[in-house]
Amino acid sequence: MSRFLLVIRRELRLALRQRQDSLMVVAFFVLAVVLFPFGVGPEPNILARIAPGVIWVAALLAAMLALERLFQADYEDGSLELLALAPAPLEVIVLAKVAAHWLTTGLPLIAAAPVLAVLLGMNADGIGALMIVLLIGTPSLSLIGAIGAALILGARRGGVLLSLLVLPLYIPLLIFGVSAVDAALGGFAVKPHLLIMGGFFLAALVLCPWASAAAIRQALE
Amino acid sequence: MAWDKFFAMGSYAGFVWPALGLSAAVLIALLVASLKFLKKQKAMLARLEADMPKRDRGAES
Amino acid sequence: MFHKFANPTRFLRLSTALTPWLGGLTVVLLTVGLYFGLFRSPPDYQQGESVRIMYVHVPAAWMALFAYSVMAAMSAAALIWRHPVAELIAKSSAPIGACFTFLALVTGSLWGKPMWGAWWVWDARLTSVLVLFFLYLGYIALYNAFDDRRRGARAASILALVGFVNIPIIKFSVDWWNTLHQPASVMRLGGPTIDAGMLTPLLLMGGAYAAYYLWVLMLRVRGELTAQKVRVLQMKRARREES
Repeated sequence: MSRFLLVIRRELRLALRQRQDSLMVVAFFVLAVVLFPFGVGPEPNILARIAPGVIWVAALLAAMLALERLFQADYEDGSLELLALAPAPLEVIVLAKVAAHWLTTGLPLIAAAPVLAVLLGMNADGIGALMIVLLIGTPSLSLIGAIGAALILGARRGGVLLSLLVLPLYIPLLIFGVSAVDAALGGFAVKPHLLIMGGFFLAALVLCPWASAAAIRQALE
Repeated sequence: MAWDKFFAMGSYAGFVWPALGLSAAVLIALLVASLKFLKKQKAMLARLEADMPKRDRGAES
Repeated sequence: MFHKFANPTRFLRLSTALTPWLGGLTVVLLTVGLYFGLFRSPPDYQQGESVRIMYVHVPAAWMALFAYSVMAAMSAAALIWRHPVAELIAKSSAPIGACFTFLALVTGSLWGKPMWGAWWVWDARLTSVLVLFFLYLGYIALYNAFDDRRRGARAASILALVGFVNIPIIKFSVDWWNTLHQPASVMRLGGPTIDAGMLTPLLLMGGAYAAYYLWVLMLRVRGELTAQKVRVLQMKRARREES
């Protein structure tokens, strides 16, 4: 546990040194969402109707932006090899990196989301559900994305490939996240959707570090 | 056999025949591409083996 | 026996011998299946003649799932035992599976438009098959994304395994969710519920598509094995020219 915290502290320190990553992610999120009224037209009914989906998709794409660098820097300068040889299991290290990634990208997204929801005319019930959905969903995005980030280490044009690999795996999360917010807006029960997303999160928590570690080991061979 | 009725497919012709036609087209294209791939590799192998002096050839798998 | 065929030369001999038989089997099954499907089977009392699309849609879908399962199993074998031929079987399955998935999606659309009134709906079955299509594309892209071929093969193998969760989702999506797509009527506990006059051509076409898959698979694996030999000789020639 202490090793876990140690690695998290290291990752956080590294991430905070490069504050532009967090800013870039949030900036992309805001810009992407803001584009929609221009593209779709400013009519409030339409915007409110598409708001949950638009915000979720934009959050998804923004989270993906920072994923490429999850392991890349350490891979290039050799520290990933050292981490793989460290006494702590690689799965724990992956989990720590993912946690740091979420703290520096997922949390800022969650913070920015209510403002954007208001901009798109979502009402209060929806915003509450949206926050919870993002809170449960964005860690899963980071976990699943870690597998993609590990697979593309050393690939040419890895960034584009990462999107192709990761987006199919994101689709179930997207579907349930949006349906949860839609349910809240329609006055239906939100809990079943949230429980399923919670289930995804727990499954991802167990499976993704394991798969990512396997992918990293393959990359280091 | 009433060929007119057959081709009309009960007014669904616009859907049934493209479905069958596209399936045939894709499957045939894949088959041809795979045959060409194999042929090309065999040709390259033959050329390389012809170039090689006899003693080097036997050593590989 | 599995490990006996880890020897590429032995596998090459076997696949070369099998290829013409598989080709013949495909043609025979296709001919008989299409004959029964188009001329000797009844139109559906609800769907009319459009039900004939089923004879190319369902086999394509079956094979799309089957090819991916083969790809995942072979990827596991390649990762666990470093089985050299398994890796090539996985690699060769991918483009075939992608084509089947594409056909399943498009023929499904052509069937859905007259039946449901829509070219596409975002229900669980269609969405998960679309995800399958992207998984195939991702696998192929990942395989070819590395300068080191073996690294590409290993990364793609992991992706194939990770994506395998999608297969049961596709299969059971019509049971778990309220979907527009019809529920299973052939591969289900309790036996098929489909009319016998339609079941026969369907199974024949299913067999034809399976034979086709194996046929093209053998061709592509032979191509990959030959390509391997080519690379070995090219390296030898390069070394010879150096000295």
